Amino acid sequence: MAAAIPLSLLVLLLLGPGGWCLAEHPRDSLREELVITPLPSGDVAATFQFRTRWDSELQREGVSHYRLFPKALGQLISKYSLRELHLSFTQGFWRTRYWGPPFLQAPSGAELWVWFQDTVTDVDKSWKELSNVLSGIFCASLNFIDSTNTVTPTASFKPLGLANDTDHYFLRYAVLPREVVCTENLTPWKKLLPCSSKAGLSVLLKADRLFHTSYHSQAVHIRPVCRNARCTSISWELRQTLSVVFDAFITGQGKKDWSLFRMFSRTLTEPCPLASESRVYVDITNYNQDNETLEVHPSPTTTYQDVILGTRKTYAIYDLLDSAMINNSRNLNIQLKWKRPPENGYIHYQPAQDRLQPHLLEMLIQLPANSVTKVSIQFERALLKWTEYTPDPNHGFYVRFPVSDGSNYFVRLYTEPLLVNLPTPDFSMPYNVICLTCTVVAVCYGSFYNLLTRTFHIEEPRTGGLAKRLANLIRRARGVPLL
Amino acid sequence: MVPVTVVFTRESVPLDDQEKLPFTVVHEREIPLKYKMKIKCRFQKAYRRALDHEEEALSSGSMQEAEAMLDEPQEQAEGSLTMYVISEHSSLLPQDMMSYIGPKRTAVVRGIMHREAFNIIGRRIVQVAQAMSLTEDVLAAALADHLPEDKWSAEKRRPLKSSLGYEITFSLLNPDPKSHDVHWDIEGAVRRYVQPFLNALSAAGNFSVDSQILYYAVLGVNPRFDSASSSYYLDMHNLPHVINPVESRLGSSAASLYPVLNFLLYVPELAHSPLYIQDKDGAPVATNAFHSPRWGGIMVYNVDSKTYNASVLPVRVEVDMVRVMEVFLAQLRLLFGIAQPQVPPKCLLSGPKSEGLMTWELDRLLWARSVENLATATTTLTSLAQLLGKISNIVIKDDVASEVYRAVAAVQKSAEELASGHLASAFVASQEAVTSSELAFFDPSLLHLLYFPDDQKFAIYIPLFLPMAVPILLSLVKIFLETRKSWKKPQKTD
Repeated sequence: MAAAIPLSLLVLLLLGPGGWCLAEHPRDSLREELVITPLPSGDVAATFQFRTRWDSELQREGVSHYRLFPKALGQLISKYSLRELHLSFTQGFWRTRYWGPPFLQAPSGAELWVWFQDTVTDVDKSWKELSNVLSGIFCASLNFIDSTNTVTPTASFKPLGLANDTDHYFLRYAVLPREVVCTENLTPWKKLLPCSSKAGLSVLLKADRLFHTSYHSQAVHIRPVCRNARCTSISWELRQTLSVVFDAFITGQGKKDWSLFRMFSRTLTEPCPLASESRVYVDITNYNQDNETLEVHPSPTTTYQDVILGTRKTYAIYDLLDSAMINNSRNLNIQLKWKRPPENGYIHYQPAQDRLQPHLLEMLIQLPANSVTKVSIQFERALLKWTEYTPDPNHGFYVRFPVSDGSNYFVRLYTEPLLVNLPTPDFSMPYNVICLTCTVVAVCYGSFYNLLTRTFHIEEPRTGGLAKRLANLIRRARGVPLL
Repeated sequence: MVPVTVVFTRESVPLDDQEKLPFTVVHEREIPLKYKMKIKCRFQKAYRRALDHEEEALSSGSMQEAEAMLDEPQEQAEGSLTMYVISEHSSLLPQDMMSYIGPKRTAVVRGIMHREAFNIIGRRIVQVAQAMSLTEDVLAAALADHLPEDKWSAEKRRPLKSSLGYEITFSLLNPDPKSHDVHWDIEGAVRRYVQPFLNALSAAGNFSVDSQILYYAVLGVNPRFDSASSSYYLDMHNLPHVINPVESRLGSSAASLYPVLNFLLYVPELAHSPLYIQDKDGAPVATNAFHSPRWGGIMVYNVDSKTYNASVLPVRVEVDMVRVMEVFLAQLRLLFGIAQPQVPPKCLLSGPKSEGLMTWELDRLLWARSVENLATATTTLTSLAQLLGKISNIVIKDDVASEVYRAVAAVQKSAEELASGHLASAFVASQEAVTSSELAFFDPSLLHLLYFPDDQKFAIYIPLFLPMAVPILLSLVKIFLETRKSWKKPQKTD
């Protein structure tokens, strides 16, 4: 049990070498940013990035002192002599066709690739131990990484940080596509942040909203970078990124407006005092003073224009460390409202309820002339109860046909019906069961009946007969007396 | 066995006794433990006359000079002690003190001019030697895990379990970075204060030291306000609840196999400043710190209220590392079980060395650890043997068997070395014994066929062999009956 120490125990004479030198702490800095991008399909993508940079040489083991850089990862780097570490957990798939190109790419499931230092003698052993330790830190099943799912790519993965030479012998790569990402993996990821979901941008990281998304990806990247322009010494950079895509129709109830509170159920209250930079970037490419297509509240003080991923975009910047930003309102809730319905128009969607009502989708669209417009809807196939099947189930099921109306003069168009093949069960099974049961019952009952009611009497053996002659043939061959 | 060298100076004992030198006396003592277990402790005293430089040293004015002069010749082996007997009227010791225990395995005892000088001096020497080596409480604390609990042993604080190495982590908890910008020179403090202590302890294991700063880490307990002193306090009953919420953020090491000792320095938030820890009488504890056995220690560092005068938040706080390290080192000593020895009456205990650890205290630690290791190794091997007796399905592979043999050999070697007084090799052998026995006991290959009992083997093979066997058996019976009939027939006809 805990107890207090009486002072009388302290008889220590602490004689140290004279002089109080202020030790040179390796400096570290934290930069955090959030980029919110409305996507062409109406969804909203939010990308967090927390960058911790530590000016220190982690090569030697022994005493190490950590401040902003998390101790768990620092110990890993020094114990396993890592040069780079990239670990990502992703749920869902980034639909490039509908959402455009992503900022950060990641495969579905868990991906881990590591560059070791060239002082490592047994790379496979270190790789196995490292994946087990990471599995413990992040509460994920990375311990299933073994030689059956590890490869050493020779051309496709280059080091992302500083590298003297690239001997691919020291690179290992593994992917676990079946890994499911959930709150258990988010919590240790959040614990690595210095301000740890109490201040700054990490306040917005609430697990129940972040997993109600179409796409969720969190990653940890560690790499060495140059400390200054001449690159005389290295620093370690830890980047923690989180990308989510919110489905506007589920969160916004049909409208394309969004606000920080609606997406994350939290607003920004105070900046992280340890961060040297803490900013929110909102993509307002469609913002046009005259057109008034959309309105961002609070109005941005600074904007930034650049060519990002091939297109020219405009970003509104909200700096949390700017005292005017936070002092005006107790919390910062960035909202975006669409003033005029955009080109996609009015959409009314009523989802189906099983065996009660069908899907209903109504859209008011401006169709440009001489163009092809594709409307697509995703659906899932479910199994029906066996009495609900029609007598000809392998023909397929019809989905009722959509109707479209014209605008200038009233035209109503019908499209072809859609025939969908559903998985059918084996309809012959009831017949098989009936046959088998009837056979067993018949044999059983028949035998009992015979035994109970049959009477036996002696009969004289009759000579002749084909069977007797066949039997005698066989007996003669065997040398046994004949019947 | 503890080898003790007793050196007599010229005027310490009567002349005719001095003629008998040198000779050796063995004194045995039995320390009883529970359940008729005893540990025999032997002191082998080798008496000899003092050499010239030793006489010179012991006639110098003060103890420090004497020690400095006696230091030079040789470094003593671990576990051995040297006692100097000075004359009754020597001024080296203060007048009323009979003996003195030095920091480096030496002690000084006053001689006596009496007929029975050797007996009396022998008893005094044994008293002092016992204080510097194994005593009952040290052994009881070391074997606390192996002896069943009772009221007497529950009050003793349990020291850390013996292990091959330890990881020590110093963490600074700052729950309020908006108000306090805390800086601590932990690198310098570790280099200056902790590293020498750990170097002195290096015979007991490998040590590694880390530090980190955690922000927004709060204690799980709300302190209460005491209006009399206008400060906040944490009651003694609340202290056990403090550790658990903090532990999840400490990041206790994923990358190391050694047990971790955490030392936390908590700077309370502005709303709860100043914060004191109260003991059971309600008085604030002087050092404002507490420790939990086998886990580590926590100290609360209150920011001086004068620094708030500038009233620009956050205030810069420079932690006074001397105060902090004093507390942490004392806690470290307590955690290792290096407690104050029971000195015999009228004995002067010298001040500690600059590392904070006296050499014979290290010896006591090594004795205790060796005994604990031997107890652990024997318990593990005995349980393995008992397990094998009960469950016959356990597979013992060749390498597991070789580990068991190694463990047994190491236990025997360690016991022999302990009996002959070579402490260093005994400790190393005992560590090897523990490692080998644990390797053998926890080997995963032992469990291969554990859940395959005999009745399941029957259940698997019977459905295959029974239907095949029945017709064979029936035809065998038929053959047997027919042959019997054919034997009887010839008999009948004959």
